[in-house]
Parts: sequence; structure tokens; C-alpha cells
Amino acid sequence: MAKKTMIEAIRDAHHIAMEADEKVVVFGEDVGYFGGVFRCTAGLQEKFGKARCFDAPICEGGIVGAAIGMAAYGLRPCIEIQFADYAYPAYDQIVSEAARLRHRSGGQFTAPMVIRMPTGGGIFGGQTHSQSPEALFAHVSGLKTVIPSTPYDAKGLLLASIEDNDPVIFLEPKRLYNGPFDGEHDKSIVPWSKHDDAEVPDGHYTVPLGKAKIVREGKDVTILAYGTMVHVAKKTAEDQGIDAEVIDLRTLVPLDTETIAQSVQKTGRCVVVHEATRTCGYGAELVSIVNELCFWALEAPVERVTGWDTPYPHSQEWDYFPGPKRLGAALNQVMEA
Amino acid sequence: MTDTGRSYLHVPEPSFRPGDKPTFDEMIIPKAGAARRPPVDVHPDDIQDLARTIIRVMSSDNEAVGEWAASLSDEEALEGLKDMMRLRTMDARLLRAQRQGKTSFYMQALGEEAVACAFQKALEPGDMNFPTYRQQGLLITSGYPMTSMMNQIFSNSQDPMKGRQLGNLYSSKEHGFFSISGNLATQFVQAVGWAMASAIEGNDRVGVGWIGDGSTAEGDFHAGLVFASTYQPPCVLNIVNNQWAISTYQGIARGNAATFASKGLAFGLPSLRVDGNDYLAVHAVAKWAIERARKRLGPTLIEYVTYREGAHSTSDDPSAYRPKDEADGWPLGDPIERLKGYLIARGVWSEDRYAQMASEIEDEVAAAQRESEAIGTLLEGDKPGPRDMFEDVYEEMPPHLREQLAQSLKEAGEG
Ligand SMILES: Cc1ncc(C[n+]2csc(CCOP(=O)(O)OP(=O)(O)O)c2C)c(N)n1
Ligand SMILES: [Mg+2]
Repeated sequence: MAKKTMIEAIRDAHHIAMEADEKVVVFGEDVGYFGGVFRCTAGLQEKFGKARCFDAPICEGGIVGAAIGMAAYGLRPCIEIQFADYAYPAYDQIVSEAARLRHRSGGQFTAPMVIRMPTGGGIFGGQTHSQSPEALFAHVSGLKTVIPSTPYDAKGLLLASIEDNDPVIFLEPKRLYNGPFDGEHDKSIVPWSKHDDAEVPDGHYTVPLGKAKIVREGKDVTILAYGTMVHVAKKTAEDQGIDAEVIDLRTLVPLDTETIAQSVQKTGRCVVVHEATRTCGYGAELVSIVNELCFWALEAPVERVTGWDTPYPHSQEWDYFPGPKRLGAALNQVMEA
Repeated sequence: MTDTGRSYLHVPEPSFRPGDKPTFDEMIIPKAGAARRPPVDVHPDDIQDLARTIIRVMSSDNEAVGEWAASLSDEEALEGLKDMMRLRTMDARLLRAQRQGKTSFYMQALGEEAVACAFQKALEPGDMNFPTYRQQGLLITSGYPMTSMMNQIFSNSQDPMKGRQLGNLYSSKEHGFFSISGNLATQFVQAVGWAMASAIEGNDRVGVGWIGDGSTAEGDFHAGLVFASTYQPPCVLNIVNNQWAISTYQGIARGNAATFASKGLAFGLPSLRVDGNDYLAVHAVAKWAIERARKRLGPTLIEYVTYREGAHSTSDDPSAYRPKDEADGWPLGDPIERLKGYLIARGVWSEDRYAQMASEIEDEVAAAQRESEAIGTLLEGDKPGPRDMFEDVYEEMPPHLREQLAQSLKEAGEG
């Protein structure tokens, strides 16, 4: 099996989806001839022609709105927003239109489409290339929200998302595009070629939406994570010598509450972690769910480890990022309680 | 390209891609001096042709010709040359600094220096630009200290944005330069709103919107035009058409279906198209539009025809999507070379004096860089800290942020 970066895995998923189904079309800013600023759509236009992979004007509202129209017609658009930070001009189309089309038309019209966008920080991108807006999507009924943490999952989840009949927000942690990132920012980058989860089978496979994955088994505490933070969680647990069970949620909506509940019932402790700002972040939802499902099994209050409630800074990136130190402190806290 | 036979979706393509021999033969370039200069109170309907031509002043013999000529003295033109040279020298040095890891990212204005530099020269204190990331020429011309720019580029402890912003996203209220957003086009309609405030308050301060060719596709561009047209506030709306938006050429934003300037016509806005590499033409047109605004005659839309000579940013490699030598064939020349040629032809300047000035500027910029680097660069020296991240989120830090700040200081070993 070949090892692939997350970018290569995403590209591969596009190729397979477009080959399998001619209804799949791909467009966005710089995605056509150039193949995307992160190269995730490279080669598609050459292979499938300009009518199936093309450049869009710089108009996110237009990109999503046009994709909704195509989806209503019967196509399956898989579109790219260049950075999640630029989804806001399209927010109305996503929230009021794509998300509700099936419901408000009594099922007559649907919007089977994927909106891909790079998310998260760790690349010194400042406040407009670093945000993690997943909660803004997870909060909206009618949308599914997916975040892979490995090349294997990225390919399988993207194929599942494209084949799904509902609109899917597909957030790609850009810090993971070229290698797993465990939060040790001053060490050199480990490429995906050195990582087991970069083994990506050649052909078609899917990773089902709504299924979390236990990426590290443990008895003492459950860490709920997704995207970049999955790698930070694994590394922190190892470094601290804590027998933590790390769960990669993979899909935020629908959420695999069964896997979460089973784990927390076993460990009796839970830490929830994300890079996004804290207030009303997705972690708040997770804490509620753990409390609802596992309250009587808990031996300590659930801890939340997040980015701060500030815009994502440029030079203080590592003061903002919830790295091993912040997570480690929270782990100690729940273990001592 | 293997298009499935039945599809007929129109996807515009530039005439030349890597490997092709580029020419700009299709571009219609009127002679310098050919366009008339109407009175500022002209009815917009009577100058629709100016949205479809290219207003030019400097001829191929380096003379200033026609009705738009003579808006600047020799001395002022020389200052303009110096501004553009300082800008280009600074860009080149900071580009190298980025390669050396002293900053995360850089964007240069190579080839389009005349647009911002000449425009700023026509403004007055109290006016406000709402710029994009490629108008650092406004700051250079308005006298914003170069070290302040560099301190931001290096995100050191003297960075006026306190490490919060990307290097190129400057802000200086004092110099009439509104804080740049990383999100495209948002500022365009804000400039109109600022000008509406000027009208509401009975003032004649001018709001200036800036936008790139590619970004005119955003809704905020159209919002800017309709608000400008509806309320007729004192604003100038500038479109910098440098032919490219990262990898997409101006045709994707429909610059070849109709000129960008002509997008103002449906809103009844006086709309002008000007040679963006002609410092004298940019200045003359800017002055005309600003005078209109100041005389309460309403907004003007201006398209500057220029060329993005460098990469989009330090993250970009244009050889993947356009011919390497495309810039060489750009028919409107280089703004610095042209203004220099004009001054030499006027007999007020010489190649020798130019060379001497170039070396003086090199020294000046190098000194500013040394001063700034001595304070710190992205990963070394004196840097903004966690406190700078928490301040200014609100006027007063609410309790939950105070708590988070304390935790953050503790994490950084400062608490
Ligand atoms: C809302 C939004 N969408 C996308 C981007 C990403 N982006 C940054 S610059 C750019 C190209 C802009 O081109 P143009 O407007 O022509 O300006 P130029 O870079 O040529 O000066 C794009 C797509 C962004 N910053 N903001
Ligand atoms: Mg452009």
C-alpha cells in the first residue's frame, strides 16, 4: 500500500469520485487549471475536462449558491472554499439554503454537495488563515460536519461525503496536510511518509460518516478530539505517561455518541479538546453530551481545553494554540480530582 | 483537455499558459494624450467612453501629452519617482527576509507601484484609504515610517499591530490608512460608508475604496457601487486590474467581457480607465476624481490597468499557471522606468543621478531594516506576548478573558 500525504489522499478521492460518477463536479477559487492553492484538486481539470473541474470567480456566496443550484438539478458538486476563514460571505447560502432545502421543500429538492475548506492554524497565517469555525456549521440543522485527521480517513471520509445525499461541510486541518502535527512546534515536521495512518489503499473505500475511531486505547481518562488535536492528544498522553483513551470523532454531526459513552463509562474521566475559541465551541456540546450520558460514571468534572476567546494571532500563534502544555495540565487536573 | 463531448459550459481561459509565447497583441492601447479631460461637473452619461479607453499621459518619447498632462511639477514627479523606488527596494529586501525565515509571509507590489504612490499624492490629510494588501505605496508616500512597516513584517515588540496581524496587513489611522482585512472586498463598501459619514456630517473628507480585479467578483464590490450611486457620497472607488488573481486571470472576473471601469456605468457613476503604470496619468485622474468628491459632485470609479509582475505572495509560484516571460511583453512598461525616462527627457534628471539615488535609497532601506531586525524578527529577539493577544478584543477585558489571560501567562511561564 502506498503512503500518501493528506493532500494526495484528498486528490485521490476526487479522482475516484469523478471517475465513478459523472455527476460529480469540482470548482472553486484557483482549483481548475492550477489545482488549488493547496494542490488538492491538481490534475482534475486535465483528466475530466473544464466542464467538470473549473476556476470560480472570487465570490464564495456565488460558489455555494451555484453549487446548490447544480445539486438541485441532480449534480453532486464538491466545491472548495480556499480557507474556512472565507466561508462567511457564503454563510447565508450554507445556512439558509443548502442546509434547509430538503426540509422546506418537503423533500422535493435536495442539496447533495460537499463544501471542502482548509481549517485551523499552526502555519502563521494570522486571523484570516487560521480559524476553526466548525461550531458555526455544527450548530446548523441540516448540515453534516466532518474533520479528518489522517490521509486514510481524509480519503475515505471525503468519498463518503461526496456519496452522501445531504450537504456536508468537510474541514481539512491544513496543519496536517503534509504531516501529522503533535503540537511540538519547535521540532521539525515529521512527514506523512513516516506515519502508519498514511497508508492509503488505491481504490475506492469509504469511512462512514458518524463513526468515531478509538486511536489510542486506555483505561484512565477519555480524550475527545478531532482534526489536528487528535495528534496532540496522543502525544500528550504518551509523554505524560497517562493511560488515556483518545477518540478521534471524525464526524461532529452526526456524532458517534455510542463510542463516546462507552469509553467515558469505562474511564470515568473525560477531557474535551479543540483548537477553536472556547465560548460556545463544539467542546461545550461534547461536555453536555458526556454529562447527559455518563454523569453517574464520572469521577471528575469534564475538562475543556481550547483556543482562547481571542482572534487567532499571528506571532503569538503558539501562545494561542492548545498544545501539549495546556492539555497536559487539564489531564493532570482530571486525574487528580 | 478531454471535455466530455456534450458539455458546453463556458470557462474562460487566458490566451497564454506556461510554455506558450505570450503577447499582448489583443490589448488595444490608445496613444498617450488621446483621451479628453472633461470638466469635473460633467454628466456621467457624457463620458461613458472614458470607461472603455485607457487614459495615458506619458508618450513613448517620454513626453507628457494631452489634456491630462501637467498635474505635477518636476519636483513633485521626482518625489514620486523616489517613493516608487523606496517601495520597490523595500519589497525586494522584505521578500528576501521572508526567504530567510525572518517573517512568515510577504506580498510585493512589483510592477504596480505607480498606482498607490501617485494616488496618495493627490489626497489630503483627513482623507481615508480603505486599502488592500498591495497598496503599501500609500503608506510610503504618506510618510509612514518604514521601520514601523518592518516592525510589523517582523512581528517584533515594536509592531504597531502587536503581533496580531499578518505582516502586510497594515493600519495607520494617522496616515489615512484603514486597517486591512485578510478577507477580500470587505473594505470597498466600508469606504463608501465612511464617505457617507463625511456627507452626513457636512464635511468634504474623501473616502477611498481599493479592490483587486479578481475581488470585484465579491458581493461587497457590488454593494459598494450601489451605495455609492444611491447616496452620492464623497468617495473614489479604485479597481487595481493587475491582470491576475493568484492563478486566475482577469477574464474569470469578467474583465474581458467589459472593462472593470464600465461596471460603474450601470450605476450612473463616472467611470474612468487609466494606464496604471503611468505615474502622471494616475495622479491626474486621481486629482480629477478627488476634486469631484471635494466639490460634492459624488463618487468616481477608476480602473488602473497594470500588471502583477511578481508572484501573488511568497506562498505562490506563478510559473505553474502563466508563461514565465509574460511580464516582459507587458505593453505598458515599467512605472519606475517610465517616470525616470520622462524626468530625463525633461532635462531635470540623469541616469547618473538616478543611480546615485538608487544607492542612497538602498542604504536608507537597509538601515531601516537593520534597526527593525535589531529589535526582533518573527522567531528571534523581542516579541509581543500573550497579553497583546488578549488586549483590544474588547474595550475592557471581560472576566472570562482575564481568566484566560492569567492561564496563558502561566503557560508561558510569566504568570
Ligand atoms: C473572501 C476571500 N476569499 C478568498 C481569499 C483568498 N485570496 C487572497 S488574495 C486572492 C486573489 C485576489 O486577487 P485580486 O483581487 O486580483 O488582487 P491582487 O492579489 O491581484 O492584488 C484570493 C483569492 C481571501 N483573502 N478572501
Ligand atoms: Mg489582481
